[in-house]
Amino acid sequence: MSKILIRGARILGGEPQDVLIDGETIEAVGTGLSAEGAEVVEAAGKVLLPGLVDLHTHLREPGREDSETVLTGTRAAASGGYTAVFAMANTFPVADTAGVVEQVYRLGREHGYCDVQPIGAVTVGLEGKKLAELGAMHDSAAGVTVFSDDGKCVDDAVIMRRALEYVKAFGGVVAQHAQEPRLTEGAQMNEGIVSAELGLGGWPAVAEESIIARDVLLAEHVGSRVHICHLSTAGSVEIVRWAKSRGIDVTAEVTPHHLLLTDELVRTYNPVYKVNPPLRTEADVHALRQALADGTIDIVATDHAPHPHEDKDCEWAAAAMGMVGLETALSVVQETMVETGLLDWAQVADRMSVAPARIGQAAGHGRPVSAGEPANLTLVDTAYRGSVDPAGFASRSRNTPYEGRELPGRVTHTWLRGKATLVDGKLT
Amino acid sequence: MQRHLISAADLSRDDAVLILDTAEEMARVADRPIKKLPTLRGRTIVNLFFEDSTRTRISFEAAEKRLSADVINFTAKGSSVSKGESLKDTAQTLEAMGVDAVVIRHGASGAPYRLATSGWIDAAVVNAGDGTHQHPTQALLDAFTMRRRLVGRDTGLGQDLSGKRVTIVGDVLHSRVARSNVDLLHTLGAEVTLVAPPTLVPVGVESWPCEVSYDLDAVLPKSDAVMMLRVQRERMNAAFFPTEREYSRRYGLDGDRMARMPEHAIVMHPGPMVRGMEITAEVADSDRCTVVEQVANGVSIRMAVLYLLLGGNEPAVSHARTTEEK
Repeated sequence: MSKILIRGARILGGEPQDVLIDGETIEAVGTGLSAEGAEVVEAAGKVLLPGLVDLHTHLREPGREDSETVLTGTRAAASGGYTAVFAMANTFPVADTAGVVEQVYRLGREHGYCDVQPIGAVTVGLEGKKLAELGAMHDSAAGVTVFSDDGKCVDDAVIMRRALEYVKAFGGVVAQHAQEPRLTEGAQMNEGIVSAELGLGGWPAVAEESIIARDVLLAEHVGSRVHICHLSTAGSVEIVRWAKSRGIDVTAEVTPHHLLLTDELVRTYNPVYKVNPPLRTEADVHALRQALADGTIDIVATDHAPHPHEDKDCEWAAAAMGMVGLETALSVVQETMVETGLLDWAQVADRMSVAPARIGQAAGHGRPVSAGEPANLTLVDTAYRGSVDPAGFASRSRNTPYEGRELPGRVTHTWLRGKATLVDGKLT
Repeated sequence: MQRHLISAADLSRDDAVLILDTAEEMARVADRPIKKLPTLRGRTIVNLFFEDSTRTRISFEAAEKRLSADVINFTAKGSSVSKGESLKDTAQTLEAMGVDAVVIRHGASGAPYRLATSGWIDAAVVNAGDGTHQHPTQALLDAFTMRRRLVGRDTGLGQDLSGKRVTIVGDVLHSRVARSNVDLLHTLGAEVTLVAPPTLVPVGVESWPCEVSYDLDAVLPKSDAVMMLRVQRERMNAAFFPTEREYSRRYGLDGDRMARMPEHAIVMHPGPMVRGMEITAEVADSDRCTVVEQVANGVSIRMAVLYLLLGGNEPAVSHARTTEEK
């Protein structure tokens, strides 16, 4: 296999250095490395990060191939700088058996754009009633370690307790979609000033916060770790901060859209802004950014949720919830966290690669950019400015809330174990 | 005037007063032996009703016919989705038949706004009630009724409702009538107080330009108009209040309570009334109650709105339009 010399890249935003890739591995990192026998990628001024890892992606295959497939979703991931994604279980059929998770895992490997690590359902059919065969999914070729009923909350306290306990046997983690179902019947948007005016059913912050409070206490009681999906409110931040100060083994994620957008956008009644959990207020956005900066929130996860056009080209109440995010995540993080001075690039690498790889136990990902490590790398042109054009997306779906919005930064190259999946912004 | 009427909040004071004044002109047509104007001859209006509604649809239809428009009624039981056809396809199908305006009633808040702003169709859109969002022609006919009763039919011309105290009582949470009225009455200078059990007041009401009270008896003596909203019995099952009787005792308007209102004060109701629940027969049938007047005024208001949105170049009734015309 050929050698690649990435010349003059700012590793984690530091001083320019060269990185030499040989085969699947980083052979050397230093200045003035020889280009002999190597293909050279000029990277002056660009930032080199470990390949990004998304702990929360919806690839929709099997079942909703009209919105996304493992192939189109992993191409979108490579385009956004990701080398590993965790695929949520709410497919049709649900990923609640070894058979389904192995299929998704295998498709990811075959396409080769991005490692796909399936997430297994916590309960059969995501129905919250009966534990799925968690151990069988773990023991399968897919080696599932993250379990989630995402899209639905494991609201039964006993089922949640049992799941938290059970996965300890093989070091798994339950990722909770925190949404108290009774408090969110008919919910269409954040409950507050805007929902009162628009006459849309409210999704109160307390419906998220009460579940998180319960689950961190359950995790403490049974000595398990718990992961909180797409945390969206200032109150949730306070609860997680309290839990961590108490030594509870909790991790949490925030989506790019919750770092940037607010429920004021719902005034347009444009369902492209309809998402679950809903867009919240300016005060929540501020709290989420601070929490991601201070480490209360561990990671950024996209909750990439593709939907076909017809599911968004309609009245608000009839529209599907969700936004695509893989191809814009890093730009949104640059805008909201880096350019505001809240995170440097080393911390971005932590929040978007190192920590998600650790939480999900994605071997070979989220590693240091140093000799001997797997060559999973992302090169970013941070000086780039451009407006988002969904027509250029690799994803099969176009439901982005950022159409026409100017965002900074662009991923130019992605390498998965030394193989380029993205070159000069074009998929290979 | 804007090209569409989606929300009462979109109307300026001058827009609203123009509509009320125009409606007074339209009302005179109702007194003629032939209740018809040629103004919208050759224009086609579709009444696109996705929700059951008798009085609003008939009111619009009467208004359209009095203006000589061609009228198409489209009634879809249930939602567009349950029918299998999308709102977009339904609207485009109708527009392809040559429609100049769409009067839409829809169960989803924001459906008329989407219709007007998504580039699906070019026709003017009039919101005839969307979900729990807005019902602007209801607010206009209510303001019209108040201006006639509290300011005067002739002396009211050109006037707003400055200083009038309006109390709106009932299920504010689920009411598009309440939202529209708060917006429009505020624009017209009235002081609005909402009265409801706390369960039926939306979280976020603190940003509305009105007061909120849980005590009807305290507010009644300071009211020039009291508007009772319909309260659906089913709300009881979702624990918004314990029983029908308790609701009536605390928030219903009966003869004793009406007696605490100032002598000139009126009782309003958008209909349909649930007698015995939010209003007793004694009050509903009293001459202080304007329910029937509101229905008549609804036709005049809808004529005015359609005329101003679609109006030809001819004057509506007898004199030229003002500079508002564009």
